[in-house]
Amino acid sequence: MTIVKTKIDRRSFIRSSVLAGGGMLLGFSWLASSCSTNTPKELSMPDEWFEINGFLKIGENGLVTIMSPNPEIGQNVKTSMPMIVAEELDVDWKNVIVEQAPLNTDIFTRQLAGGSQSIRQSWPALRMAGATAREMLRQAAAQKWNVPIEEVTTEAGILIHKNSNKKVGYGEVASAAAGLPVPEEVELKEIDDFSIIGTSRKNVDGFKIVTGQPLFGLDYKKEGMLIAMVAHPPAFGMKLKSFDATDAKAMPGIKDVFVVKTYNDDYELQWSDITSYNELVAIVGNTTWEVMTAKLMLNVEWEPISDSNRMNVPAGLESTADHIKKMTEAGAKTGREVRRDGDPEAAFKNAAKIVEQIYTAPFQAHNTMEPMNFFADVKEDEAVMAGPIQTPEFMEKTLAARLGLPLEKIDIQMTRMGGGFGRRLYGHFMVEAAVISQKVKAPVKLVYSREDDMTYGIYRPAYHALYRAALDTDNNLIGFHVRMGGIPSSPLHANRFPAGAVDNYLAESWSIDTNISTGAFRAPGSNFNAVAEQSFLDEVAEAAGKDPIQFRLDLLKSAQENPVGERNDYDAARYAGVLEQVREKSGWESGASDKNRGVAAYFCHNSYVANVVDIEMKDGRPVIQKVYASTDCGIVVNPDAAVNMIEGSIVDGIGHAMYSGLTFNEGQPEQENFDSYRLIRHAESPKEIEVHFVKNEIDPTGLGEPPYPPVMGALANALYKATGERYYHQPFVKNTFEA
Amino acid sequence: MAVFNLNINGKQQQVDVDPSTPMLWVLRDHLNLVGTKFGCGVAQCGACTIHLDGIAVRSCITFVDSVGDKKITTIEGLSENGDHPLQQAWLEHDVPQCGYCQAGQIMNAAGLLIANPHPSDEDIETAMHGNLCRCGTYTRIKAAIKTASNSE
Repeated sequence: MTIVKTKIDRRSFIRSSVLAGGGMLLGFSWLASSCSTNTPKELSMPDEWFEINGFLKIGENGLVTIMSPNPEIGQNVKTSMPMIVAEELDVDWKNVIVEQAPLNTDIFTRQLAGGSQSIRQSWPALRMAGATAREMLRQAAAQKWNVPIEEVTTEAGILIHKNSNKKVGYGEVASAAAGLPVPEEVELKEIDDFSIIGTSRKNVDGFKIVTGQPLFGLDYKKEGMLIAMVAHPPAFGMKLKSFDATDAKAMPGIKDVFVVKTYNDDYELQWSDITSYNELVAIVGNTTWEVMTAKLMLNVEWEPISDSNRMNVPAGLESTADHIKKMTEAGAKTGREVRRDGDPEAAFKNAAKIVEQIYTAPFQAHNTMEPMNFFADVKEDEAVMAGPIQTPEFMEKTLAARLGLPLEKIDIQMTRMGGGFGRRLYGHFMVEAAVISQKVKAPVKLVYSREDDMTYGIYRPAYHALYRAALDTDNNLIGFHVRMGGIPSSPLHANRFPAGAVDNYLAESWSIDTNISTGAFRAPGSNFNAVAEQSFLDEVAEAAGKDPIQFRLDLLKSAQENPVGERNDYDAARYAGVLEQVREKSGWESGASDKNRGVAAYFCHNSYVANVVDIEMKDGRPVIQKVYASTDCGIVVNPDAAVNMIEGSIVDGIGHAMYSGLTFNEGQPEQENFDSYRLIRHAESPKEIEVHFVKNEIDPTGLGEPPYPPVMGALANALYKATGERYYHQPFVKNTFEA
Repeated sequence: MAVFNLNINGKQQQVDVDPSTPMLWVLRDHLNLVGTKFGCGVAQCGACTIHLDGIAVRSCITFVDSVGDKKITTIEGLSENGDHPLQQAWLEHDVPQCGYCQAGQIMNAAGLLIANPHPSDEDIETAMHGNLCRCGTYTRIKAAIKTASNSE
């Protein structure tokens, strides 16, 4: 039995004062979804809801509404987070309604979608929210029956007093429970007693999604709402010079055309405030098509920025050819030393064999299927915002500063997001929407076209890595050297494997400034490291004449038994665990195999994933027949959804490594829609994906990012087997398959 | 501006819009049918797929003045109670991640099944080539289409 003090999270149990006397009628929001497999209309709604704590309320008929605190970007937290609350509350999942919580920093902590941390960091608070409510319900029943609370048990939403054979539903004592003090400590369930966690539950928004009901920011509507679009400079390093709005304004349905300044000059940007184009031209009108059409009539002059403190490269307009040249030069020079173990120089000097390779990856656009958009209704004394944002807490502060309103007057509704992948961590579009609404004094929905979205990105940086390995005469890895950099940031994680497994180790880092805006992209840094490092290790294993899985396992064994250095940030046993599992499940044969197979494993965002990829060549093109995945993410909350996430990550990883890249000419992105920017399509995805988990009782860790990087390395290694060529530069398709 | 009489999901609807307006925006902005999604505007992603007389088309490049009296079906009208075999199969396989592209995927798949009720894997891959899923749910989409085609 686990007893936990509720104190640390008592902030989460603040109840609105109006509830003190009993119940309160609360409206049924369009952000609510039923967990029943039936359609929501078949559920009978209660007459009253009793708020037990900030996470949940119970109707007099026993229905339970659980608030999902974090933004939903497709990682399925809107289902899995409430599952954790429901588990400890001990309620039948089909009697649960899930509602997307608004931003409320008084009740919830870390309402953010990023870093694969939603489940990991909320695990204790979500369990406690359910357990506390269950305790209060038990207390209410004990008082009603005049029995000790210890004698009151629960079973799927029913309170039971076994000795007197009394039973009562949660709903019947919810009103009384809502008035009770929050207990000082509560008992959490044993893992063996879980009946919801660890069982597959369908996406709570599934029915709405397949029937096309409004869910997303772009679907948001309000009476009197106008549509806005913005025109941004065509190239990074340019700004607005002048514009003539006469023709655009004369177009039907157009209300206004004006300049929007996203951030004020004296405003100090926080990390989520990335802006490449601070001055935009806004076009506001009645309907989306009218505004899109009028935008084409806009006469705007842009000019290179010559002297601005927002510029990183004042000299101006960058092209991909320059980037490659600069990265090649930087990669050839000694970088900033980040970690050193032993004497790497001596190891390389004494080596019998040295393997050395360079890897590169291009800028990439996030390309969420739902383009950037936001609804804003800004009045003199308040702002109501609704739309897709991964960082509502941060953007609330930005908006308060920009609009001159106190934090509590900024209301942010989180809509379901048509993808995030890191792009919606950066909410400049929210500020743009708010400033436009403020100017036109009306509710406004800002809409980016696909071209706007792709050419004003917060891109994945471009990366470059030099790897060197020193082998002795017995083919032991005696030295390892990595020198990594990027535009504008280095992806190096110096303390990850194989650090800790090699006596002589050197990690260096470098970076090159740019005017191009970049930011977090699914598994930042790792999304390149895994490809480069895992391809390189494959080549080193080959040079050493060793099986690639056994080669890695030997290194991990060494890291586990005799770790080099003290800052190694991975668990070598869990790392080895996923490799061993994928070896077994894929029927991996060391030595000659008639299959074109590649393996890779990676650790990031607290979880471990290993893949084996099988490729067949058909008409000179690779066909991915099967991908095996082994994952250690601790307790798996919602297994089928976790499998879905891993399958999707595999398709996404293969897609980005194989096909996707953004190039620049004179600061201008050369791809601006899906006709020129390649994303993976149906026929190119694996024919079969087999997912396994390492079972343990470790608190759950993230899944949004960890399954994304390693498959790219396994793909590169399988391609080598299939074609006899190594794939060092992404996108791989450029190397061979696309003539 | 001009008045158009459209047959949408079995109902006659009247809109007064510019003749060059794509059906995508007629549906979304004028008729409040937002299940049809905007993804690219150039018929490259399939998120806006609707049916004209049972044939899957991209509504972002289907202009309102080209529709005439053809019957328009959107995701909202694919079935009365959300129980089209594809919708059921989508739920059974719990296909969506973010969910944004899925209405377009379902409408495109529904067009496929009208023309070819029992498609092979290759038929599915070919027919679904124009529908992007950024979350990578392709394997589940294919499984759901096969389930639905077997149930008919």
